[in-house]
Formats: sequence, C-alpha cells, structure tokens
Amino acid sequence: MSVITIERKVLEKNDELARQNRTLMERHGIFAINVVSSPGAGKTSLLERTLERLAGRLAVAVIEGDVQTDFDAQRIAKYNVPAVQIVTAGGCHLEANLVHDALGNIDLSHIRLLIIENVGNLVCPSNYDLGEAMKVVVASTTEGDDKPLKYPAMFRNSSVLIINKIDLLPYVNCSIETLRANALRINPSLEVFETSCTTGAGIPAWCDWLLARTAAGKT
Amino acid sequence: MHELSIAQSIVDIVIQHLPKEESVTVRSVRLSLGAMAGVVPDSLEFCFSAITGGTPLEGATLEIEHIPLTAHCNDCGRDGEIEPTLFACSACGGTSLTVLSGREMQVRDIDVEENEGVR
Repeated sequence: MSVITIERKVLEKNDELARQNRTLMERHGIFAINVVSSPGAGKTSLLERTLERLAGRLAVAVIEGDVQTDFDAQRIAKYNVPAVQIVTAGGCHLEANLVHDALGNIDLSHIRLLIIENVGNLVCPSNYDLGEAMKVVVASTTEGDDKPLKYPAMFRNSSVLIINKIDLLPYVNCSIETLRANALRINPSLEVFETSCTTGAGIPAWCDWLLARTAAGKT
Repeated sequence: MHELSIAQSIVDIVIQHLPKEESVTVRSVRLSLGAMAGVVPDSLEFCFSAITGGTPLEGATLEIEHIPLTAHCNDCGRDGEIEPTLFACSACGGTSLTVLSGREMQVRDIDVEENEGVR
C-alpha cells in the first residue's frame, strides 16, 4: 500500500473556466451578475421588470438557466435582448462550462450588462463560480424571514440581496426587518433592495444601481 | 443534488494521479470538506460508491475530514469556530467576521495497492 499526495481542489476545473469567463467579460467591459434564489422567489419577474426599465438605456444580454423547458426564455424573448437558454436537464445549478458555451452565442461587443438567471436553488449554485462580477440573491417575503440563517453560504457569497414580493407583506408571516437583520448578520456588506414586481415598487432604485455599477465598470 | 457531479470530479482528479506504468487499486480517498462547502457528506459518499464501480476506485472508501467554520472577529480579535446558522463571534457576539476556514473541498491524498500479477 502506498500513499499518493494529490492536494487539488475538487472544483478546480469549474474555477478555471470561470476565470476564463471573467477575463472575457472584463475585456469587453461587461458587468455580469449571477441571480440566485429558491424556486418561485421571482427571479424571472424581476428580470422582466428590469429589462422593461432598462430598455433603451443599457445594452443587456440574458442567460437563462432552467432544469427543464424554455418557458423563462420565452418570457424574456419579447424584450428584444440577446437571450440564451441553458436547459440543465435535471442539473440543479449552472456550471462555468455551460456559461462559457452560452457566451459563445452572444455578440459581446455591444453588451454592457449580462444577467445570468441561475436554476432556482439556494444550496448548490453557491459552490459554482460562473465568472460573474457578483451574485445577487433574491428572497421573497412569502418564504419567511429565516432563509438567510438556513442557507448561510448563499447569503455569505452574494453581494446584493433583493427582498421581493413586498406587496404581499400584509398577508404573510414575514417581518422585513427580521429578514434584513438575519441577512446582514450573515453578510454585513450586503447591498439590500426591496421590490415588488407586481406594483413596481423598488425597481427604479435597483435599476439605477445597475446603471451606476455598469458605468463604473466601463473605465 | 450536486453531490453526483462533485463525486465525478473527485473520481476524475484521482484517476489523473494514478501511476500509468502499473495497475493499481485505490483503497481510500481522503477529502477535506468545509462546514460551509454546501455538500451533504452522506449523499456524497453514496454518489461516490455508486459511480466508482468498474473503475480503479471500485470499493474505495471516501474518508471525509470535516473542517469547521472558523473566523477572525474584527471586533474582539478572536480567531475561533463559528456556528454557521448564527454567524457571530462566540466570544463577543460580533458579526464583522473574516472567514478563515469552512469552504474547503479538496482531494488530499489516496491509498493505492499494486495489483498482483498485472504489470
């Protein structure tokens, strides 16, 4: 019996491809966000409101990750932005190689903002760097206010928290103050937005932030 | 359930490190796994045993070395273990923390046995 020393990161292949994606996007001056949440938190609705608001103001492209179906890509198609659908066929998260392939189908020369909508899942996507500038986690009021404590890795690894469905606060058992405090406890540097895709509340502030961040990255 | 793709990555890495000039069987694989790596050890072990059949890793055990979540507290200066669901310094309760360990997922080493009579 002999011992062979290996000392290699399990996800090194993914991390290497993510580095390549990041270099590619930085070279084109693209600000890329990886939007994560549990299923049904409102990622696609948020994306729709965001695309409406940014139409004519910012060149956006979208990568849509879904386990099955291209329903989300169909919803995005009417906003006339370049959109690539990735169907993971059962896979619970996007990996850097899938995004690498998707980037090959987008003309990056005119894009300033890339929005990657990950598969709805608060566990697995936190491990996989896709090459994004930052992760944006969406938590909706209908999920309750303890999500950050149950899924600390995701909230720790994200830079922005969007608290969605704030129009439903009167009807659900969720304190927005508690949700915010729990999230900031896991990650004090989180930038927090509160939105409703039904009433449009908070969407302008979120889009203004995106515009500012995209402009900052252009230098 | 990303444990299956993680198990596959582990097998791929191990196979790359096997000697090419002799036939060997892998008896065990040591993996360090952080408390915040987002991996369920039981499912990883299950997936590992399910995909190693017919490979040089068939029957190998996956030995998981658990790495706790530790952090440096920027308020009181203490380095110590942190409860992932509290995410606060266990001494002063401070929440301004710099994580020191807990996200690891690394193949450390393997035990291999030379197969007799096969060269």
